[in-house]
Amino acid sequence: MEVKNANAAMLSNYEVFKLLTDLKEQRKDSGKNKHSAGQQNLNTIMYETLKHLSKTPCSRQSPEIVKEFLTTMMPHKLTKAEKLHLLNHRPQTAVEIQLMVEESEERLSEEQIEELIHIVADVLPGDPEQENAAPADAEMVEGGEQS
Amino acid sequence: MFVLVEMVDTVRIPPWNFQRQLNDAIAEELNKKLANKVVYNVGLCICLYDITKLEDSYIFPGDGASHTKVHFRYVVFHPFLDEILVGKIKYCSQEGVHVTMGFFDDILIPPESLQQPAKFDEAEQVWLWEYETDEGAHDLYMDQGEEIRFRVTDEVFVDTSPTGPATATTATAPQPGQSTAPPAEVSGEKKEAPYTLIGTICDPGLGLLSWWNN
Repeated sequence: MEVKNANAAMLSNYEVFKLLTDLKEQRKDSGKNKHSAGQQNLNTIMYETLKHLSKTPCSRQSPEIVKEFLTTMMPHKLTKAEKLHLLNHRPQTAVEIQLMVEESEERLSEEQIEELIHIVADVLPGDPEQENAAPADAEMVEGGEQS
Repeated sequence: MFVLVEMVDTVRIPPWNFQRQLNDAIAEELNKKLANKVVYNVGLCICLYDITKLEDSYIFPGDGASHTKVHFRYVVFHPFLDEILVGKIKYCSQEGVHVTMGFFDDILIPPESLQQPAKFDEAEQVWLWEYETDEGAHDLYMDQGEEIRFRVTDEVFVDTSPTGPATATTATAPQPGQSTAPPAEVSGEKKEAPYTLIGTICDPGLGLLSWWNN
């Protein structure tokens, strides 16, 4: 076996999640035929990776959302890796953004960080359970801004 | 966290799979060979992404199987350096905090990379962060099963492929009269992880998710 390119492209969590979900469906459709023998390794890694990914924000994303997110990120001049971080983690606090963006103190002002948090929260869907837990706070913040 | 890796391999399809689509049979063989395995200096293989090129198939004398050279792309878990990941604490030991991603277990955060000052609680076998506030020090425990955010600082690949007969041990026995008890073989039994990630949580925002929620 020969490795031509050990890093041909980076994949977002969503892409891997989609690939694995489709593969799982496909294998379920084909049923318990004789070909599935010897695929325990694939089944194990598929199950464990899906279990991990389904708890991350990527399970609620879609190609349209990812595209919209990347378009709105264009003017912010972040690197590919940084955008991937934001997409995979959906940061909600300034301290998280500072972790994911290199030298954020020099590159981003406080307003820009606030703006990033807003975009992330608006474009990427959050956990519905968590959203429901704190709807009162959100309304108060929005009301304050309008006045 | 995941990358695409371009690889080339020659795949052997046994005759009883000839009635199937060649693509399907090859995809299955590649997943059988690579899924959930670590490739040296590449990472942990997850599953096949796509097949980009099939070369001609050959049948060799004495074997009914076909051999096809395949160009393909594979999904591999290989975080880049300085990437932020979220995992769960598997357990703590003197060596540091061991973290698992569910599908990948060999992640270690050594004591010097914990939030300082850190202390190891011998009785409970957990690490704790002696967080200092104006009202005094708070002990923040890093319990098993807690979600933890960390930064990848290093990766260690160990070549665990078989090495063949140990010729070195016989060569280093110049005096045949002395006892020939083999102590080296016993220590060689220890299983080594082929791919280990070294992490750090020594930055604001890193550590247990509950530390930074409020």
